[in-house]
Amino acid sequence: MTEIPKSSPRKVDQLDYSKYITHKMKNVPPSGIRKYFDIAAGVENVISLGVGEPDFVTPWHIREMCIHSLEKGQTSYTSNFGIPELREEISKKYRREYGLDYDPASEILVTTGVSEALDIAIRCVINPGDEILIVQPTYVAYVPEIVLGGGVPVVVPTRAEDDFKIKPEELEAKITQKTKAIIINYPHNPTGAVMTRKDYEAIAPIIEKHDLVVISDEVYECLTYEGEHAPFSIIDGMRERTIILNGFSKSYAMTGLRLGYILAPAPLIAAMMLIHQYCMMCAPITSQIGGLEALKNGEDEMKSMVREFNRRRILITDGFNKLGLDCFEPKGAFYAFPSIKSTGLTSEEFADKFFAAQRVITIPGTAFGEAGKGHLRCAYATSRDDIKIALDRFDEFLKTL
Amino acid sequence: MDKQTQDVLEILEQNAKATPEDISELTRIPPAEVREMIRTLEAAGVIRSYKAIIDWDIVENPYVYAFVQIKVLLERGHGYQKLADRICKFTEVKSLRLLSGEDYDLEFMVFGKTMKDVAFFVADKIATLDQVQNTSTHFILKTYKEDGVIMEEPGEFKRQQVSP
Repeated sequence: MTEIPKSSPRKVDQLDYSKYITHKMKNVPPSGIRKYFDIAAGVENVISLGVGEPDFVTPWHIREMCIHSLEKGQTSYTSNFGIPELREEISKKYRREYGLDYDPASEILVTTGVSEALDIAIRCVINPGDEILIVQPTYVAYVPEIVLGGGVPVVVPTRAEDDFKIKPEELEAKITQKTKAIIINYPHNPTGAVMTRKDYEAIAPIIEKHDLVVISDEVYECLTYEGEHAPFSIIDGMRERTIILNGFSKSYAMTGLRLGYILAPAPLIAAMMLIHQYCMMCAPITSQIGGLEALKNGEDEMKSMVREFNRRRILITDGFNKLGLDCFEPKGAFYAFPSIKSTGLTSEEFADKFFAAQRVITIPGTAFGEAGKGHLRCAYATSRDDIKIALDRFDEFLKTL
Repeated sequence: MDKQTQDVLEILEQNAKATPEDISELTRIPPAEVREMIRTLEAAGVIRSYKAIIDWDIVENPYVYAFVQIKVLLERGHGYQKLADRICKFTEVKSLRLLSGEDYDLEFMVFGKTMKDVAFFVADKIATLDQVQNTSTHFILKTYKEDGVIMEEPGEFKRQQVSP
């Protein structure tokens, strides 16, 4: 075997790299989740309730279409907007399920996951110094994305006693002259909360009064267990000012395929499309073909996954409540957000000690902002057997406190 | 079918050993009510039986299995039922189905101690029936999937332990 020559010694410490890195990075907080990934590495017999993705594999008929497209050599760029058939199917879905009309030619943009969709939506609306409201507890990417976009994140807190819903007075109190937009995310990561049509109707007048843009991340749309999901744009007068983000990761177990989409009024889509065109060109064609198959023929299998998530949701929520850890009833997504306040430990202390003693990964609520204090995020996107073992380990651990 | 019944049936289909208590933990239906639902479903013939899926290839299997397809000449006044009833009665026959298409009409799975046993069973007991025109026997060499369960799964792909 030929020996690979060693690289020359690096002179990393001779340069001050911070001067090359944008000042904006100073305000980007590190992810509170990352740490748990590192401490679990290499440890045996670990049960993870820290995973934000389905444990199902992408249904075979979807994977098979992707494979077939590769065999046929479909590996080119697509239209910047996404393949027309896929946009057509997305449009049909919204018309069929919600009676909402989105023009596939000008009001739909296919993206590389909802993460890209979020990034370009934020970059599209922010001018330097604009304030963007976020609802806490909050998905970990919103604050960093706003900061990188040059905006100022402003927190609207929510609480377990209000079912983690946005209270109109709480929202209005945070609005200033500089407020430009609000990011909402229901069904909600990390709490599993949902906002019903009625809940939305209570905040819509405030949004209209202050002329805000709404970025509504609805990636957990299909994982709604009680009642019907309401896309924010279905509320009277809101369609014109709403950017809906949705994708295939959670509904069709396609996380690694990175496929999302945006629904918005044509002028906003046109602006986001400009950013998308220069930074991404188009979503991966293989994934788009998989997404088309998912929308055309994936409903049965998707619904059967949702039914299984629902069983686990009941198992884990009732399990926590039986152990004396108050658990707010999550009605969507695949997270339970039990309170650990009764133990007297902080979220971080609990998560750290629990892992050290019982090898179960949970994420402290504070990783999702101050409003998550006293809670843990426990993803139930893992097998029933593992959930049962995890609950037993919670029981063991609580006895030692 | 209501949502609760669908839930109970799906859970039992995945694991026939699930107890009413197990099912209650997943559905919030009280165990007594689950027990009653199951009794009703059994009485109505919706739940036929509870069985284990066994990979006989792992233990020493004393039997050989074959699929046998038969072409039937129907008699006036008798459908397939009479012949089917007769074939079903043989304990050697594990399953029997009526098929569409022109090549064959009925297909059954049969087992015996040796290939010779099975071949003679088909020749003696089935091929000689008046309505049977011809038979075609295929011995099973390997089972890859049984009742939705894949017998030999290649190495499992593991996702990351933590993600946002």
